[in-house]
Amino acid sequence: MLEIQGIAVSQGIAFANAYCLKEPDLSYEEVKVADVDAELVRFKATVVKTKTELREIHEIAQEKFGAEKADIFAAHLLVLEDPEMLAAIEAKIQAGVNAEFALDEISNMFIAMFEELDNVYIQERVADIRDVSKRILANLLGVEMVDMNHLASEVIIVAKDLTPSMTAMLDTKYVKGFITDIGGKTSHSSILARTLEIPAVVGTKNATQNIQHGAPIIIDGTNGKIIVNATSEVSSYYMQQQRLQIEEQEELFHYRTLPSLSADGCSVEIAGNIGKPEDVEFVINAGGEGIGLFRTEFLYMERQELPTEEEQFQAYKSVLEKMQDKPTIVRTLDIGGDKHLPYMKLAAEMNPFLGYRAIRISLTQQEMFRVQLRALLRASAYGNLKIMFPMIATVDEFKMAKAILLEEKQNLENNGCTVSKTIEVGMMIEIPSAAIIADLFAKEVDFFSIGTNDLIQYTLAADRMNENVSYLYQPYHPAVLRLIKNVIDAAHHQGKWVGMCGEMAADEIALPILLGFGLNEFSMSASSILKTRAHFAKLSKQQLMTHNERILLLSTSSEVEEYVKKNQLSLS
Amino acid sequence: MKKMFKITTPEGLHARPVALLVTAVTPFECDVQLTYKEKSVNLKSIMGVMAQGVAPGSIVEISAEGPDAEKLFQTITEVIVSEGIGEEC
Repeated sequence: MLEIQGIAVSQGIAFANAYCLKEPDLSYEEVKVADVDAELVRFKATVVKTKTELREIHEIAQEKFGAEKADIFAAHLLVLEDPEMLAAIEAKIQAGVNAEFALDEISNMFIAMFEELDNVYIQERVADIRDVSKRILANLLGVEMVDMNHLASEVIIVAKDLTPSMTAMLDTKYVKGFITDIGGKTSHSSILARTLEIPAVVGTKNATQNIQHGAPIIIDGTNGKIIVNATSEVSSYYMQQQRLQIEEQEELFHYRTLPSLSADGCSVEIAGNIGKPEDVEFVINAGGEGIGLFRTEFLYMERQELPTEEEQFQAYKSVLEKMQDKPTIVRTLDIGGDKHLPYMKLAAEMNPFLGYRAIRISLTQQEMFRVQLRALLRASAYGNLKIMFPMIATVDEFKMAKAILLEEKQNLENNGCTVSKTIEVGMMIEIPSAAIIADLFAKEVDFFSIGTNDLIQYTLAADRMNENVSYLYQPYHPAVLRLIKNVIDAAHHQGKWVGMCGEMAADEIALPILLGFGLNEFSMSASSILKTRAHFAKLSKQQLMTHNERILLLSTSSEVEEYVKKNQLSLS
Repeated sequence: MKKMFKITTPEGLHARPVALLVTAVTPFECDVQLTYKEKSVNLKSIMGVMAQGVAPGSIVEISAEGPDAEKLFQTITEVIVSEGIGEEC
């Protein structure tokens, strides 16, 4: 028995025999060619042959994955037909080198050009150029490309890497999972595995060397484990795990369309955190009831200058339209601290987390702030927008930010622009000073959203990036819990609602406490939504509330954890 | 003939919009160029256009010479506007 560890990228457990894909040998020699015309004819004929192959794959992919996913092959065909690339290759051949060398040279030149660009979307397309030129090269050399069309029994694919065209040929009737030597969570094949809902483990480094073709293997895509030649004991353990997972999946799936209710019928909102407009899909698929935190930093990062109002407007509008009437909370720019924008030239600071960041920058560099607010206000006509300001420490800061927002709103309306009349304006609670005077803030805001990561680090005065003090990152520290309770009570007293958008909102120990405290909205990564909703369905809010007082009197984080476990609050 | 467009897709001219543009102009007989930051490339070349790395919010010029240039501009304008790639300016 052999155990291999890799990166878990698509969950599930599967049993099947290994199907090892060998990379075709595409090595060639650079040679001088005397008969240039014959070489040109050979190259052109190969391009035609490759085109036919790609069209077939495109059709198969369309049937199997739908038009959108198959688009990648339409793009491959465009690369193959690219007049500039073909002309450059042909010119090289005309200069007297063989087609293999000419092709490799020119495609590498384009790859280098793409990699230099600052645009990640285009950098990702390098894989397509590689894929296409490999395919032509294989045809030039008369080497058979890997073919998975002839599978007749269930297998788990083992490969160095899966190219987009290989994955397009994956037939889930037979392919029960795959394992690769390289790759990460966001590589093309990993995303595809999640779409196909088959287990996958990538980044194993040397699975192809250690797994024999045809060997019986177990893949555990949840924990990133592969077992080769399992003993019957290990086998039966995984069979049981597989059954449990399937049952859990079925149970969770059932919660997708259900409202988030506790066992005693109290309703909460479970929302998703997103960083990019595309992430909305994951939240919708998981049955999220809103977006509790849309971080807008991504719009400003990995670029040379500030994003324009129009670009931001399009990004916000696309999210709001997809969410329809569900609430979408957008946080204004939270830059500074550990997040930097090269083009903004912020000075290095001794204590960046206590320094010039977030709303502090927005209030001094108002033109940048106003551009973002205008984009948000214009987009508000397309959905249910709520706006919140990060890192508010004083009531004056909030009032000033809100006044700027209202001024921009007035200007837009004067210019005949449609702006929603019902935009709620709230703030993040991340700084202890704000949490302590939440009663005073509650008169000014429409809602609070508690950002636990920063609130914990500021309350315990412990830099969360510093490993030497990481033991002080204590979500259940009584000071943190008391602050949270204070914020919730202060808001409710003024008839306002409170959400939470930090990691704590999906924490199993924290959930019963927060529900008992009366938190209204829980925002988390999309993958935690269904699990949390299922958890809530088991909890009784009325019963949990009776524990509030005792929990708030506990003196350490570990006492709180023990209390929750001992009283089985997570199962009440 | 030439015409200016403002690119409004949030990621600029990346794979999908470029593929749409190239596919739209390839059937035409005339030569067609896309100029961005004073550099011109063949708009029928997906790699050439992608290598331009056109950023969101920027202005590009499309120029075409040939018998069917007018028809080409009709088509390309329609694609750019209806697919939300950009706007005329």
